[in-house]
Amino acid sequence: MQKYSVFSLFKNALKGHKDWQVAWKDPNPKEEYDTVIIGGGGHGLATAYYLAKEHNITNVAIIEKGWIGGGNVGRNTTILRSNYMHDENGLFYEKGMELWRNMSQELNFNVMYSPRGIINLAHSDAQMNAYARRGNSMKLNGIDATLLGREEIKKLVPILDFSENVRFPIFGGLMQPSGGTARHDAVAWGYARQADSMGVDIIQHCEVTGFDVVNGKIKGIKTSRGNIKAKKVGLCVAGSTSILAEMLNMTLPLETHLLQACVSEPIKPILDHVVTFGAGHFYCSQSDKGEMVMGGDLDGYNSYAQRGNLPTLQHVLTEGIAMLPFLSKLKMLRTWGGIMDMSMDGSPIIDKTHIEGLYLNCGWCYGGFKATPVSGWTFAHTIAQDRPHDLNVGFNLNRFNTGHLIDEKGLGTKTWIS
Amino acid sequence: MLYIFCPHCGLRSQNEFSYGGDATVKRPALNKEVSDEQWNNFVYNRKSPRGKHVELWQHISGCRQWIKVQRDTVTHEIFKTVEANKEI
Repeated sequence: MQKYSVFSLFKNALKGHKDWQVAWKDPNPKEEYDTVIIGGGGHGLATAYYLAKEHNITNVAIIEKGWIGGGNVGRNTTILRSNYMHDENGLFYEKGMELWRNMSQELNFNVMYSPRGIINLAHSDAQMNAYARRGNSMKLNGIDATLLGREEIKKLVPILDFSENVRFPIFGGLMQPSGGTARHDAVAWGYARQADSMGVDIIQHCEVTGFDVVNGKIKGIKTSRGNIKAKKVGLCVAGSTSILAEMLNMTLPLETHLLQACVSEPIKPILDHVVTFGAGHFYCSQSDKGEMVMGGDLDGYNSYAQRGNLPTLQHVLTEGIAMLPFLSKLKMLRTWGGIMDMSMDGSPIIDKTHIEGLYLNCGWCYGGFKATPVSGWTFAHTIAQDRPHDLNVGFNLNRFNTGHLIDEKGLGTKTWIS
Repeated sequence: MLYIFCPHCGLRSQNEFSYGGDATVKRPALNKEVSDEQWNNFVYNRKSPRGKHVELWQHISGCRQWIKVQRDTVTHEIFKTVEANKEI
């Protein structure tokens, strides 16, 4: 594989950029693989990469219905964080933060990792108390957390609305200084390029139409490009999980919902951090191009549409304007939507299933992007060793039977209440 | 914008409604032995179909009644709405 560096860029620039190698091949599916990963998004590509790199399993195919990176890894708001209270979540996502820190070097691909800090605003004394508790829980798990007062927030983010006579005045906030953003497409492309170089077949425009299960054991999959035999199959299809589960006669604790995001026209640098509104659900950061990147609530009813509805966008941006009044002067450049696999306790599922050789990776709700590396890392372990890693043992499917839920937000099963 | 026909009030915008989820989920019968699996299916497991979905909505800013709506989860086309105690 051609290594990317300033020298290769210089050399190729002199040759008019005509000699770059393709970043990944476009193979036809083979008859049989050791492991097939369904879903060529961030999580699927990362899983294939770590299968090859950490477990030396390279006879692997990624089966993708559309094109790699065309789903949620290309539709999110690029935020990285591990500011969780429960141990299962905190330790899992903090491993992810460790993988993010080295990703550009490891993948030889600039993922534009930007640990600019994430600030969750508080708008009442009660919320400050809750954030103090969350921050302390984070610190016990070795995650950085800083409780900030109103004046400290004012110094860091002066553009916020600090008026006294507003409905939700800013009391302070909780900051995770190591939180931040990364270039989402580059993450998919970086993993794809490395996985391909280690022998993984990335098969695009290939839709899974069924599964071959014999005596409770997976034998292969049926696709729009023929049958493929496989000893092990991993599902990494986010919002489409319930569709594949139906083919396997499984009913999962999931509902597919739609989440929208949007970007404004580009403006000069004004927001140095990721900031979230604490009296509703709105988050905002500024991209390197200068666009304000914004998101918030789910549309609020089951949806596979991959496009949103205006009432929710209006509601979310009303919160945005309460936090950052200047947003009302900006023109919207683009809005889009992605479909989320909302689990019934708000936490993911990375586990084996009752079918031997079939593995499940789903339930990412609207927080899957930050988990991309650690999801792939733990899922690869679960597939290769046929047992979960300590970091994902809590994310088992059986927890809904036993009552060991990981309900970080305390919302229960009403996934549409964001 | 969805426009939902409330059987009590007529055609109204989605802003007047609140979502209540899958309407086909049935609570296990009262005063009977309920297995963990039945209870799990009732509380957590959902089919989440891509296509026609029968769901509950409450006309919260109108008559406050719960209704059943049959809607396509891809196109958002609404095929039928009935009172909550009727079958679609």
